[in-house]
Amino acid sequence: MNDRPLIPVLVFPGSNDDLDASLALTGLGADAPRLWHTEKELPAGTCAVVVPGGFSYGDYLRCGAIARFSPIMGAVQSFAAEGGLVLGICNGFQILTEAGLLPGALRPNASLAFVCRDVRLTVETRATPFTSRCAPGDTLTIPVKHGDGCYVAESEQLAELEAEGRVVLRYAAGENPNGSAGDVAGVTNAERNVLGLMPHPEHAVDPLLGSTDGRAILGSLVDAARLSVAAFV
Amino acid sequence: MKATVLVRPKPGILDPQGQAVESSLRHLGFAVADARVGRLVDVDLPTDDRDEARAQIERMCEQLLTNPLIESYEIAFADA
Repeated sequence: MNDRPLIPVLVFPGSNDDLDASLALTGLGADAPRLWHTEKELPAGTCAVVVPGGFSYGDYLRCGAIARFSPIMGAVQSFAAEGGLVLGICNGFQILTEAGLLPGALRPNASLAFVCRDVRLTVETRATPFTSRCAPGDTLTIPVKHGDGCYVAESEQLAELEAEGRVVLRYAAGENPNGSAGDVAGVTNAERNVLGLMPHPEHAVDPLLGSTDGRAILGSLVDAARLSVAAFV
Repeated sequence: MKATVLVRPKPGILDPQGQAVESSLRHLGFAVADARVGRLVDVDLPTDDRDEARAQIERMCEQLLTNPLIESYEIAFADA
């Protein structure tokens, strides 16, 4: 078992939460180098990948629409298809939906306002590699900061996500900051190895930041990444 | 060959930008029942074959210019 599982954090032109994500993961025991998007391969021994927040390609066309074609995304697609763990945060979530790795899409906030504040989130399931350190029903306080976080999916698809327990995180009652359908804050793919969420766990890992609840999400990922190393060895 | 791709939020998809525009138009005294905001992309393709151009643009729309889950598109040719 590797003590420090390798979790690269992708960097696109316009990413701006990559450093925070890398620092947070490092603090939680991972080796989290930043990886420029023009790379075609993930480093050997990659245990998980984080697609960070920001404004890749200036949010031109649609958020995440252009970043999904970056060279590194081909490797991320293959990695995810083989069961590799992928976490998309905010713009990373948008990129993963555009790439077809996650269902649904993110639209402009219903208020049209950029929202930047702490929100309370309900953990709906701990049966994912991203929430194993939580208990179902746990409330986490984690900040959001986005203009395009309104989660939409076709009603049948949304019903399927609910029925399959793939809505992993939900804005607590009265907290929905963007008009997301079903108060969805984070969803997984069917295999549960890819999670996208709009809130920023990497900004909630130190008391100085007002909350340490983000550790529950990122710490779960580091735990799962360690186990995936064990599986490879 | 020049063409314009019109991209619209699908019916039923919340369009807060359209709502804001609609509300502003009402404030200006216009009687507006609805307003939706999309975007347009002008493209110039190195072909004179309209069918080929249309096929190319449809592929562009599927791959990049639209997200089929939330947007529809229409192709208009400049010389039409």
